[in-house]
Amino acid sequence: MIALEKRPEPSQLWSWLTPPLAVVLTMIAGGLMFAALGKDPVEAIRTIFWDPIFGEFAFYYRGQLLVKAGPLILIAIGLSMGFRAGIWNIGAEGQYIIGAICGAAVGLAFYPWASFIVFPLMILAGALGGFLWAMIPGILRVKFNTNEILVSLLLVYVAEFILASMALGALKNPDGAGFPGSRNFRSYPSGYNEEIIAGSGMHWGVVAAFIAVIFAYVLFARHQMGFQIKLAGQAPRAARFAGVNPSRLILFCLGMSGALAGLAGMFEVTGPAGQVSIDFNVGYGFTAIIVAFLGRLNPIGILLAGLLLALTYIGGEAAQSSLGLPAAAIQAFQGMLLFFLLAVDVLTNFRVRFGKREVA
Amino acid sequence: MDLTSINPILLVASLMVAATPIILAAIGELVVEKSGVLNLGVEGMMITGAICGFAIAVESGSPMLGFVAAAAGGAVLSLLFGVLTQYFLSNQVATGLGLTLFGLGLSSLMGQGYIGIRPPATGKLEIPLLSDIPVLGPILFNHDIVVYFALALVVATWAVLKFTRAGLVLRAVGENHDAAHALGYKVVKVRLMAITFGGACAGLGGAYLSLVRVPQWTEGMTAGAGWIALAIVVFGAWRPFRVLLGAYLFGGVTVLQLNLQAAGVAIPVEYLSMSPYLITIAVLVIMSSGKAKAALNAPACLGKLFHASS
Repeated sequence: MIALEKRPEPSQLWSWLTPPLAVVLTMIAGGLMFAALGKDPVEAIRTIFWDPIFGEFAFYYRGQLLVKAGPLILIAIGLSMGFRAGIWNIGAEGQYIIGAICGAAVGLAFYPWASFIVFPLMILAGALGGFLWAMIPGILRVKFNTNEILVSLLLVYVAEFILASMALGALKNPDGAGFPGSRNFRSYPSGYNEEIIAGSGMHWGVVAAFIAVIFAYVLFARHQMGFQIKLAGQAPRAARFAGVNPSRLILFCLGMSGALAGLAGMFEVTGPAGQVSIDFNVGYGFTAIIVAFLGRLNPIGILLAGLLLALTYIGGEAAQSSLGLPAAAIQAFQGMLLFFLLAVDVLTNFRVRFGKREVA
Repeated sequence: MDLTSINPILLVASLMVAATPIILAAIGELVVEKSGVLNLGVEGMMITGAICGFAIAVESGSPMLGFVAAAAGGAVLSLLFGVLTQYFLSNQVATGLGLTLFGLGLSSLMGQGYIGIRPPATGKLEIPLLSDIPVLGPILFNHDIVVYFALALVVATWAVLKFTRAGLVLRAVGENHDAAHALGYKVVKVRLMAITFGGACAGLGGAYLSLVRVPQWTEGMTAGAGWIALAIVVFGAWRPFRVLLGAYLFGGVTVLQLNLQAAGVAIPVEYLSMSPYLITIAVLVIMSSGKAKAALNAPACLGKLFHASS
């Protein structure tokens, strides 16, 4: 009989070992899935995880790595704060969209004024947009005790409709011959989120992501707010006795994750995506949830997890073109990764005992 | 704009159809939550059910077989959640989210070859005589069998929870799993059964979308229906008949906005389309605040881990 015995404290060792273990298990299960789809599993795994970094066309893919990892890390850092405190913002995709719309709208309003001030204003607008969109579930939770999981998620669908309305209406390119979508920021240098080093994929959003990692690291390691977040997540009762204001904590966590998601959206739409279009968003807001968990809600871990998930996006695209692997297979693969992580996580909190079970 | 083009009888009749997937998914989730488990994967199980049902119905030509397959698909996926949360003691919120993400990916993978196909029609069950009654006939007695099945399921769930021993055990497990365990009830087994039931119901709801309501397969076609079902369980304060009411309210809003779109009201389509989501949020706010506090009725052990040896 196999029995689980609760550890007095979560195992430090296992908490660092489980993410790589989950990745390995996912590769095995994913390989089986690819085999079921009639593809050579070894070839598929190699195309996804190896070729983009070390393969023949790596010079192209390496740049893409940062482009995809930037928004994932930025959003996941924000989410990790709430997740640590037991505040579940799962509507980052919506905040990402609204941030993108607000940032782009400010830029388009200034078109064609050329000034260095335009881009900083757009950044502010993007962060503010995401922040305000996240404040809706935040304030509803604080004032009316409404479940923030459901509200933040339902607002994603609302945001998608707003995006459609903007791309087809208010923000549509007036010179676009009636095609949907806004002006392309590539033709507006003052508002374009350009690559800082050509070919590296390093744009301002990636810089922001690195800053966010450092900021979050300092917050959790040194700042009182970080301590309160951890306390509220691990021992809510103790947190209340210690004078942690739950409303302030909820608003801080949701606002922070909203602002970071909004920033990510703004950098994406004015850079890699280039324009506000109906479907510029590709679900980074949801994948970032996986990134946050895979990174153990730890800033450095999230950095690594973001790069890994970015790799699955790029490798997935490569496998799509070279092996004809369906795009959805990668989505299923990413979901599987979260499952395996949650499953092996049991080793962090419990000890496995073999032998005869005593009567409980 | 021509509001007279909206036929109120057809409106109410299609309301019942629009509400059916939500009723099915919500009543399943109600049972799951009554057992003390919060499964946020309803959306993932619904969409998996939608494609399982669609694929089997297309291949076999029988919508009924499709519905059976959908229930099985949803149940299998929910067991994944069940094993993770009950045996591997994983966080229910995170696992539920994972289930949704995985279900969305898996379903679009399975649905590759089924885009743009029409499924075999699900026959209507016209009840003789009753369906000829003016007004009431088309509203109540002229639907396909799944509509009646969903209603029967609500009544059955209510009766089982209220009057039977099995219902009592389920509620006991949800209210206080330690006490239930001390009394000798198998907490994990009860919960696994509830989770499987919830998965099967969500699968059925998804298949109703792809086989009857739309009827077609498109990626991500559930469009938040699973999340709305979750919200309606809160709205219904974990009571079957109030869940039914909530689903009808949602169905009514959906159908009304579709009719307004068709009638060419001066409100842009996008804003009409987002109204069901906004109204769901508004309803959640009303239910969670003030005197009507639904949370007071929530099962006490909802979302808590259970580990027997402690």
